[in-house]
Amino acid sequence: MLACSISVLMVLGLFIYELSVRSKLSLHQFGFHFFTGTTWDPVSGDFGALPFIYGTLVSSLLALILAVPLAVGVAIFVTEICPRTLRGIISFTVELLAAIPSVIYGLWAIFVLCPLLRKFVQPWLAKTLGWTGFFSGPPFGIGMLAAGIILAIMIIPIISSITREVLVAVPQSQREAVYALGATKWEMIRMAVLRNARAGILGGIILGLGRALGETMAVTMVIGNRPEIAKSLFAPGYTMASVIANEFSEATDDLYLSALVEIGLALLIVTLIVNALARLLVWGVTRGSAKRAHA
Amino acid sequence: MNWMMISSAALASVIVLIPLFAIFIYLLYKGVGAINIDFLTKLPLPPGETGGGMANAIVGSAVILALASLIGVPFGIGAGIYLSEFGSGKYADGVRFTADVLNGIPSIVVGIAIYSLVVLRQGHFSALSGGIALGIMMVPTVARTTEEMLAMVPNTVREAALGLGIPHWRSTLSITLRTAASGIITGVMLAFARVAGETAPLLFTAFGNQFWNLKRDTILTQPTAALPLQIYTYAISPYDDWHRQAWAGALVLILLIVTAVTAVRIVAGHGQMRGSA
Repeated sequence: MLACSISVLMVLGLFIYELSVRSKLSLHQFGFHFFTGTTWDPVSGDFGALPFIYGTLVSSLLALILAVPLAVGVAIFVTEICPRTLRGIISFTVELLAAIPSVIYGLWAIFVLCPLLRKFVQPWLAKTLGWTGFFSGPPFGIGMLAAGIILAIMIIPIISSITREVLVAVPQSQREAVYALGATKWEMIRMAVLRNARAGILGGIILGLGRALGETMAVTMVIGNRPEIAKSLFAPGYTMASVIANEFSEATDDLYLSALVEIGLALLIVTLIVNALARLLVWGVTRGSAKRAHA
Repeated sequence: MNWMMISSAALASVIVLIPLFAIFIYLLYKGVGAINIDFLTKLPLPPGETGGGMANAIVGSAVILALASLIGVPFGIGAGIYLSEFGSGKYADGVRFTADVLNGIPSIVVGIAIYSLVVLRQGHFSALSGGIALGIMMVPTVARTTEEMLAMVPNTVREAALGLGIPHWRSTLSITLRTAASGIITGVMLAFARVAGETAPLLFTAFGNQFWNLKRDTILTQPTAALPLQIYTYAISPYDDWHRQAWAGALVLILLIVTAVTAVRIVAGHGQMRGSA
């Protein structure tokens, strides 16, 4: 048994060690410039990862902006507002969203979401909000906006289930005390429940962010795979996970492979930090070891 | 204000459930028409030709998942037993923390790490490396659920077992573990359902295959087809027939996963551990 538990630690250490060793070539060649360069040119051997970092950050941020209000809204609805009979059904269906494999999300996004965006949503956005510069350019359907939307759908169950757990953990006495002061239902939710559960909800959001940063398949299928930084959300982009998925099996020389592994190492370290932060926040609120979350 | 916020929360729930129903309905609509005996028993045809199926992908997935369970379940349950029964203090906290963090590693990173560790050393893609990658992804989930389920076994059971005079490890395995068995099986099925749909780790470990791979000497040493991989390849291709087959494959995959998740819900709903006081 002890060996099994040691194996958990060993696996993490082994991953970090192996990825560091394989990316040494690229680390020596480019140094820090790797993360600030914008050209990704496998032919001439010039690799710069900034477009991918930008793509990962923007798609994840967009996903968070869309997902957090919805997820927290669902959690509040299920724990505080909806009748007891509906509670189980709604929470089960939201968890079912988490069970759908990401390749099926991608499949649905290519054939349903993107045509919808191309025909209706993007022209409307360009007409009403095009002056901001975020919604300009030809409406391809695929691109950063599609990636953000599908990521949002994928991280809603995670944020929602953790938020639900921390909301339930707020003691009933807090709610009753606020009601005794004469608060309405919303005021009670805001003052007693949300205020107490703030740290846990933040932890859930950060966990969702961690999932969004590392999501590969659905994003690869809709983001357009163009390694360029563009202001408009209609433009195709490229994320760190997508470039690994697309180009790993075609990497012809050692430097190319090493550059891709270095991107993988960067992704590993970033998600490690994000997940560690999230766990610390959630543990603090739910008293001791956290319940297993759908990741 | 009160009414506005409450109705926004209700609206949020409706909005969240729309994509779920949209995906399921569209999947059924597109997939049901495409599943037939051919799909389930034939091999893929060359690109551009119509017909053929995904039989090797379905069987390949089964092989890889079986390997993954063989690796992930014992390690996961072992780690869970250790954390719940024997470990304490900083070390156990560290293991729990690492397991949670391991859970959050992107699946593509697991894929390239296993590529580096196993595929490059073996010299070829294989179902074995795919199984190892998926097995590693199962361990944290199984370990944490096992630990929680064991923690729910009342101490009276443990004390009664020790009162019989059997060693601690024996009482853990025969009595405490058996009491928590249904909950542990729940955790295993959840982990299984999660890795069943994973594509990214298999991209560079199992790699995919157009043909059967079931001979004794090739089953673990040659690239293997897998259902999620095949769906991905077909979905991004330009051929309509391949798109149709991708939907059929997606329907088969989602049926497998939903069956596992619903079975878990039913078992966990009955949830009472046999033998607990």
